[in-house]
Amino acid sequence: MELVEAIILAVLAASTPLLIAATGELVTERSGVLNLGVEGMMIVGAACGFAGAWLTGSIFVGALFGIAAGTLMSLAFALMTLGLAVNQVATGLALTILGVGLSGLIGAGFVGERITPALHLNIPGLTDIPLVGRVLFGEDGFVYFSLALVVGVWWFLYRTRTGLILRACGDNHVSAHALGYPVLRIRTIAVMFGGACAGLAGAYLPLAYTPFFIPGMTAGRGWIALALVVFSSWRPGRLVVGAYLFGAVTILQLHAQGWGVGIPSQFMSALPYLATVIVLVLLSRARTGGSTAPAALGTVFVPDR
Amino acid sequence: MRKSLLALAAGLLLAGSVSAASAADKLKVGFIYLGPIGDLGWTYQHDLARQALVKELGDKIETTYLENVPEGPDAERAIEQLVRAGNKLIFTTSFGYMDPTLKVAKKYPNVHFEHSTGYKRDKNMSTYSAKWYQGRYIQGLIAAKMSKSGVLGYIGSFPIPEVVSGINATILAAQTINPNIKVKIIWANTWFDPGKEADAAKALIDQGADVIMQHTDSPAAMQIASERGKLAFGQDSEMIKFGPKTQLTSILDTWGPYYIARVKAELDGTWKSEDTWGGLDSHMFAMAPYTNMPDDVKKIAEDAQAAITAGKLHPFKCPVVGQDGKEVECKGGANLADGQILGMNFYVKGIDDKLPGK
Repeated sequence: MELVEAIILAVLAASTPLLIAATGELVTERSGVLNLGVEGMMIVGAACGFAGAWLTGSIFVGALFGIAAGTLMSLAFALMTLGLAVNQVATGLALTILGVGLSGLIGAGFVGERITPALHLNIPGLTDIPLVGRVLFGEDGFVYFSLALVVGVWWFLYRTRTGLILRACGDNHVSAHALGYPVLRIRTIAVMFGGACAGLAGAYLPLAYTPFFIPGMTAGRGWIALALVVFSSWRPGRLVVGAYLFGAVTILQLHAQGWGVGIPSQFMSALPYLATVIVLVLLSRARTGGSTAPAALGTVFVPDR
Repeated sequence: MRKSLLALAAGLLLAGSVSAASAADKLKVGFIYLGPIGDLGWTYQHDLARQALVKELGDKIETTYLENVPEGPDAERAIEQLVRAGNKLIFTTSFGYMDPTLKVAKKYPNVHFEHSTGYKRDKNMSTYSAKWYQGRYIQGLIAAKMSKSGVLGYIGSFPIPEVVSGINATILAAQTINPNIKVKIIWANTWFDPGKEADAAKALIDQGADVIMQHTDSPAAMQIASERGKLAFGQDSEMIKFGPKTQLTSILDTWGPYYIARVKAELDGTWKSEDTWGGLDSHMFAMAPYTNMPDDVKKIAEDAQAAITAGKLHPFKCPVVGQDGKEVECKGGANLADGQILGMNFYVKGIDDKLPGK
């Protein structure tokens, strides 16, 4: 039983950065902008988040630093793609390359330093309940925040007028523009939200997951978050399923190796990707019969005067 | 006017040739690194060695390094760039640079190359590596002594001979202390992903392992072991900062003496292509101080280190029994031959797991 609890805790920790980054990117893409720079924004968020926490001694300030760093990175992206109408794919890839270099530079002075990781919730009585206590009432703040974030985004996209307008911009920017909506302004805000989330997701790594900074520590999580958005067919609910499934299979395959089940480890390492892709594709097939990508995703919009 | 312009041009030419001559006096030595120099592991140790080199021979040489160079075809371009910049001796410091280095070496016969951990050589390309399994053997002794549960946790990167021989050396040593010792092995299938390494360490501890050993590069596993109050070994570099009460020892890559020796040879004109596979005796690696253990365990470790250094103890002393219960053919006289260790693709008896791909 203790093992089950330990596994669930590890799964939640592994899934949270993916969920936060993917939620941000989902909003960005729903507005019609494809930002492939998630990995770059995350790693800069990780470096700045660690720097903030190390300098001030506060995890909360560190998280804010991460958010600010990711937002700044995304602003650069918005300036290029929305302001100057540069190709989004190329700019996004450049943003990742820039981010990897920049984070190394920012983080160089902090390599080898340690901080006290984010505290876990502890409610006497509740946290001690066997099996579910620590899972429900003993997480760090990021985990609770990530869930609130997804619910908030779902509510925003499907239950508010502004959310509807944002989705309209992503599906047909010409019509949205004709109706008088400020497409570029809405997209800029969506891109910044995506950047803020990526920065926070990156900051989660050195603030809660492994409390130190090392260049390249995101190790491709930004790309996984991007893939999750596509395979969840741009729906927050499925994103949660995808992120936790990916985290769960990642952790379970490690445990399976420890138990010595004798399946080649190379296959086990590929399993999270396989399982997540298959489940999410089946899910979107069953419900909607195919992809539901925002129709204007990745296309450049220059408003006529 | 024209005359003075000509004089000026001549003066510039002269100045140019003079500065070129002074630069030519210094031997240019280049390095290709896999990771960032701040990775606190593999690349960090190579760069420490480069710094030691500069300190020792700085008046005679000039070093350049390229970091974050991906393995594979792209490396060729990076190596060639160092050649074009005038580097006469180039160290390529990861296994995956083997073929690119060889290719560039064939193209530039007057430049000398040093490739780390590979097996392909040429007239102007040497290889160098370290017998880390000797250090793993010492760790195995310590682990068996320190483990209360009798279960060791081992995080592997990829199931390649270097890692497999490390696991075998560990368990062979541990069995001399506790014949029933168990080892749980998790392959991360990456050299560097702090999050995944941490998850693997958590999984091993959750499954009952109380001493964690790793053959991946980040201090994440050390940090988790420290958080959970378990014990662990570092990798490549000193990681005690991440587990002051956790690190038992660490295998430290100490390339400095080798780099200095090779550059001196290049300066003397005595450099020739060689295959160096050095152990504790030739200082290709060192053991970090033995910490967080009682004195009797420390003594066992120190005695083993002394015996291995003196050549009296060999981790793969015959007979070595494989998982199938059969004795492994002993090609090296009293011990397994170097070739058998360099190509090791089997687990020894006592490991319950199956080697991936077997």
